[in-house]
Amino acid sequence: MLNSANDQPTLISLEDVQKWYGAFHALKSISLSVRKGEKIVLCGPSGSGKSTLIRCINALETIEDGKIVVEGQALDGSTKSVDAIRREVGMVFQSFNLFPHMTVLQNCTLAPMRVRGTSHTDAERLARKYLERVRILDQAEKYPAQLSGGQQQRVAIARALCMEPKVMLFDEPTSALDPEMVKEVLDTMIGLARDGMTMICVTHEMGFARQVADRVIFMASGEIVEEAEPEVFFKSPKHERTKTFLGEILAHH
Amino acid sequence: MGPIGENEFFFLMQGLRWTVLLAIVGFIGGGIFGILIALLRTSKTKVARTITAGYISVFQGTPLLMQLFVVYYGVALLGFEVNAWIAVAIAFTLHASAFLGEIWRGSIEAVPKGQTEAANALGLHYVSRMKDVILPQALKISMPATIGFLVQLIKGTSLAAIVGFIELTRAGYIISNQTYRPLLVFGIVGAIYFIICWPLSYAGSGLEKRMAKAAR
Repeated sequence: MLNSANDQPTLISLEDVQKWYGAFHALKSISLSVRKGEKIVLCGPSGSGKSTLIRCINALETIEDGKIVVEGQALDGSTKSVDAIRREVGMVFQSFNLFPHMTVLQNCTLAPMRVRGTSHTDAERLARKYLERVRILDQAEKYPAQLSGGQQQRVAIARALCMEPKVMLFDEPTSALDPEMVKEVLDTMIGLARDGMTMICVTHEMGFARQVADRVIFMASGEIVEEAEPEVFFKSPKHERTKTFLGEILAHH
Repeated sequence: MGPIGENEFFFLMQGLRWTVLLAIVGFIGGGIFGILIALLRTSKTKVARTITAGYISVFQGTPLLMQLFVVYYGVALLGFEVNAWIAVAIAFTLHASAFLGEIWRGSIEAVPKGQTEAANALGLHYVSRMKDVILPQALKISMPATIGFLVQLIKGTSLAAIVGFIELTRAGYIISNQTYRPLLVFGIVGAIYFIICWPLSYAGSGLEKRMAKAAR
């Protein structure tokens, strides 16, 4: 644990969130609150709803019932609330999703210019600052296809940071990477965590969870089964499903 | 049999001018409306999708010749005085917009979904999402098919003869009647079409190969 966030205000709160895909109940009455500066690791078997959960927070998925509030802004389905929330929430995807027809620098300057109305000069200054921070400034003029997976993911992190979000969501950011590239991305994320960024990470990197997380949340079948500080979570998981999952994950690594 | 000299050749070139002009008008008009059709066809609104789907079906499912007829005589029946140019420009625009709209709809849908999601997550609105992120990629994907359609359109302009245009094919027909040398005349006409269309087709298939390589 890097810091205790107990006295910080709540940044994100989910109350009794329900999500259905047709007849499939993807999220079952999820309640969760995240304080400013908190780092949360979400894990669980595939199909457990962890990605769906974080995608609901920035309205990439709609919810059927319940309440999501980010920085005092309730997500009510209106364009205004969606806009307001997406301005505060950055996201990093498993498959990077960089814009292939733009250079690294253009990838980073587009949203600040279009969404925040930042001038071209200021947007570039911002982009260079964050590209420097993810240590990839020397590749600024290249296109995504010319970079390795790890480099692309670091650019994706910088692109999200350029919007200066209050929260970062990571959706399995290292799952699509070759093993030797996982570390550079995790190191970048650890650096972010050290700087006090509020983070929710869907990941199976348990080393990262141990090192960074304030809380580890285990999900299965659309429910939060267990949540605890990493020490407690890894040493003495309470539920049978958590034990089985941890057994599989840790045996694998 | 008469000789084919400078005058005859000049006459063919004048016809060629119309052919090229008609193709350009159809392509530009069809391009502008085609983008609109493609955007409506991929919009969230069901009504817009249904209407544009119907529009595309009608213009893809009927002959261009008939479309020219209907616009040329139909507009006149409505009581508007239109010259052949405007009627033909309208007909080609409608025709091309349906085909290009459908080609571009496919290309827009072929852009990976993650691109839209990333744009959404960054807070980009529809206009920027389309203009900056989706359409540039869709356009690239659509290039071979778009060029293929342009070639079809150039050849399709010969149908404008039906409403009185003396474009390349019609010009060839007239010269052939004057000189009684149909084989030679239409050989020349065919060669002219080929000289225009073949480089386009070649460029199109070249692009396609390059893209297939890049995708590997």
